[in-house]
Amino acid sequence: MTSYSEIRKLIEARKEFCASLVDTLRSDARNHESINAFVELFDDDFDAYAREADRRSTGGNARSLEGMCIGVKDNILVKDRECTAASRMLRGHRAVYDATVVRKLRADGALIVGRMNMDEFAMGSTGETSVYGPTMNPAANDRVPGGSSSGSAAAVAAGLLHAALGSDTGGSVRQPAACTGTIGLKPTYGRVSRSGLIAFASSCDQIGVIAGTTEDAARVLGSIAGKDGADAESASEPVPDFAAAVRQGVRELRVGRVTEGFIEDLPPQQARAISRSAELLASAGARVTDVSLPMAELLYPVYAVIANAEAASNLSRYDGVRYGRAAEGETDFHTSTARSRSEGFGREVKRRIMIGTHVLSAGYREKWFEQAARLRRRIREAYVTLLESVDLLLLPVMPEPPAFREELLRDPLRMYRSDVYTVAANLTGLPAISVPVGKNEDGSPLAVQFMAPAFREEWLLAASAVIEGGTR
Amino acid sequence: MHAQLLTRSKLFCVCATAGEDLPNTRTCPVCLGHPGALPVLNPEAARMAVRAGTAFGGALHHTSRFARKHYFYPDLPKGYQITQYERPFCTGGALRFRLPDGTDGHAAFERIHLEEDAGKLLHDGSRVRADYNRSGIPLLEIVTQPVLASPEAAVAFLQELRRVLMYLGISDGSMERASFRCDANVSLRDNSGTPGQRTEIKNLNSFRHIEHALHWEISRQRELHAAGMDVQPVTLLWDEAGKAGRIMRGKESAADYHYLDDPDLPEMSIHDEEMEIAAGSLPELPLIRAARFVAAFGLTKYDADVLTGARLVADYFEEILASFPDGIRLSMATAAAHWVGGEVLAMMKEQASEVIPVPASHLALLLEHVAAGSISRTASKQVFDRMWRSGEHPDHVIAALDLRQISDADSLRTLAGQILKAHPAQVQAYRDGKKGLLGFFMQKILVLSQGKADPLMSSSILSALLESERQEPGESAGRRSDPEEEIPGRGGVRP
Repeated sequence: MTSYSEIRKLIEARKEFCASLVDTLRSDARNHESINAFVELFDDDFDAYAREADRRSTGGNARSLEGMCIGVKDNILVKDRECTAASRMLRGHRAVYDATVVRKLRADGALIVGRMNMDEFAMGSTGETSVYGPTMNPAANDRVPGGSSSGSAAAVAAGLLHAALGSDTGGSVRQPAACTGTIGLKPTYGRVSRSGLIAFASSCDQIGVIAGTTEDAARVLGSIAGKDGADAESASEPVPDFAAAVRQGVRELRVGRVTEGFIEDLPPQQARAISRSAELLASAGARVTDVSLPMAELLYPVYAVIANAEAASNLSRYDGVRYGRAAEGETDFHTSTARSRSEGFGREVKRRIMIGTHVLSAGYREKWFEQAARLRRRIREAYVTLLESVDLLLLPVMPEPPAFREELLRDPLRMYRSDVYTVAANLTGLPAISVPVGKNEDGSPLAVQFMAPAFREEWLLAASAVIEGGTR
Repeated sequence: MHAQLLTRSKLFCVCATAGEDLPNTRTCPVCLGHPGALPVLNPEAARMAVRAGTAFGGALHHTSRFARKHYFYPDLPKGYQITQYERPFCTGGALRFRLPDGTDGHAAFERIHLEEDAGKLLHDGSRVRADYNRSGIPLLEIVTQPVLASPEAAVAFLQELRRVLMYLGISDGSMERASFRCDANVSLRDNSGTPGQRTEIKNLNSFRHIEHALHWEISRQRELHAAGMDVQPVTLLWDEAGKAGRIMRGKESAADYHYLDDPDLPEMSIHDEEMEIAAGSLPELPLIRAARFVAAFGLTKYDADVLTGARLVADYFEEILASFPDGIRLSMATAAAHWVGGEVLAMMKEQASEVIPVPASHLALLLEHVAAGSISRTASKQVFDRMWRSGEHPDHVIAALDLRQISDADSLRTLAGQILKAHPAQVQAYRDGKKGLLGFFMQKILVLSQGKADPLMSSSILSALLESERQEPGESAGRRSDPEEEIPGRGGVRP
């Protein structure tokens, strides 16, 4: 499809562009059905949208995202559309309101193309726990596309969309971006409203952007960011011009390259990717120093306790009474709820609900949940402090290259471990980005991650643009 | 106990707390627990909470947290209730109240916190339907320390608590509508004063039920002790019809609520300025106000209690006093208290009205007319009735109904003459010594004058005529000296 920067040129020239664009969208989506990235295409909206976008383009009053084709993960509500979090539990559930991000994107002229496949309730790192079946990785056929925002990443990687929204609770935007060679940005907690996002772990959940270029990621973030009265945790922090940040460079930025403190030695390709990125930044004027990753051993365990506790709580509402799957033929509430939930939730979701319920139960709460909450505060302090001495942290996204399909389904502990370097941003609320840096030797995509101080997404975008320029 | 706060919208969404009552009409994705919907604290509820904490003298915390209390029940849309657990907004506090024997009581509080209500289930034959209009309604929960020594003390405490919450303008205090409700914990102390195992009783829907239930539970625990058995930590459901509690759950099934700080809600913060504003705008509380009414206006304790029962009524009383000219304010206070405590409260009750449509200045004027004798007390009730219904000025009503008291001696003498003439037998009997018949003639003159005859003047004119045996009744009208002079103290104040 036409790149978004090309579309901007057409808009500046006041040309019609949208009719052919939506035709391409339709045919591309059909031709790539085997990727299983889309759960539903909202193509009944396309023609009306195209007429409006062309009218605005030729009239010279196109909006900031006019003509941008964006998919939304199936846990982000679009009014009157089904929204299921890829779970049997919510099959047939139609949203009664728009997520704030959807409303904002539409107000800025974007086309919401459809809803994207994902791991059930965003729990998974492979895109394989969806009720709609697994998502394929267009960048590496035999590998998983990462998760949980698998469809969002796969569709952008296949060029079916300019960008897609995902949600990132423990790496669910950055990790699939890394697996598919796309850019994945997790903003600061509170930067983007969570209203209309089906919750997984509320204190970690953040809607993020997957895009093919840094500039597109910046445009989308600029649209969806900002205080929202419907999310009490959203921040009043002013929203800078992110698109300008992409061009501002990294001169004088202090970059802390993580060289030690990993849970195990990095595979050589990962280590080379980190060095290569550091060199690119240094040659662009950044001041690179070596740092150690704080508290790496604790990151995943603390995350697992907190995220699963919140997940168990958030998923309590699915009892089949008001919406969603209801077991047939039961007359007793508790029996009916137990059956609805047994039938509605998949294995991975059940596993996490059970872990989460356990860590909050009387007698175990202090040992597990309270301790994790205390450690989380220490982790947050350590990262915030580190990000006072450097402006950016350069670290891996995953400890391993993308896994082979079905490999991790049999080994949940290894799947959980693949989140080890991404969960720090969620536990601390700090923003982070996954940026592609070429390929592994086996041809699978390779990426690095940056973390920044709270509300400094500009620095992430600036670094991403430098890497992008140097590896293109 | 729980009190529903009088906010316009619910605790965490913009749905109305009152109005349309068809099931599930005052709901939205937030209070229905839809996926993706997030709670946002209603600042009005927070302000009312601060007001309560200030009034009860509790320690208000600059930051407090909301927590999720988990259990599955069809009236609970999210599978958890948002409440405050480890960090309520207020700890401590207390309420002074009057015990039934007239002595002062003092109940110390454990804590005060905010939480949301659940929906309700409608049982319809074999079907159960859920109505979520109540889901998310803000509740103030007050937990006292175990300090109430008898069922009577508990009721007296609750009655005063209810009155204070209504004074603060944060609760309507209705037990019928369940906007004021309580669960009671009962434990008996042994001879050394050590409290025993406590039990909890729920479903207490009126002060009477509370008293019954507490007496019942105390006897039950006494009997257990007498039989050498242990009191189990149970939760009981009170059945008023059967006058008995039913065990709802025992210890073995004690719920584990898996409390979790609600990650969707930031800490609730109360700034110093908000505390200052709350402290500065606190109304005078009823017991203190009643004491002032006694001291400043010379009311009886009883009258002062009646007037301070509801803030609106006490305010109205004070407004009436303020409307009187300075010179007569104090002398009118008791009359005003009786009017407000009598006619006004009766009318509010009769009309089921929560407001008093008669401006206080109008009622003050009416009372001045009565005091001056320009209309009778009987007629004044008729005037008040019309003022209440039409909102008219008392002078208009008096004129329109032609109710101005007849206090001109000539007219009264004519009326009296007619009556004496019409009842010669009674006149004779009176003159023969049955002085009690004066009441008979008084009644006749009031009837004849449609209640307008000035009673004091009429009585003195009637006596005078009856005593003057030489004259034929009615003939001397107008020829005697002005009887007004014979009525001590009246001529001077008549307008």
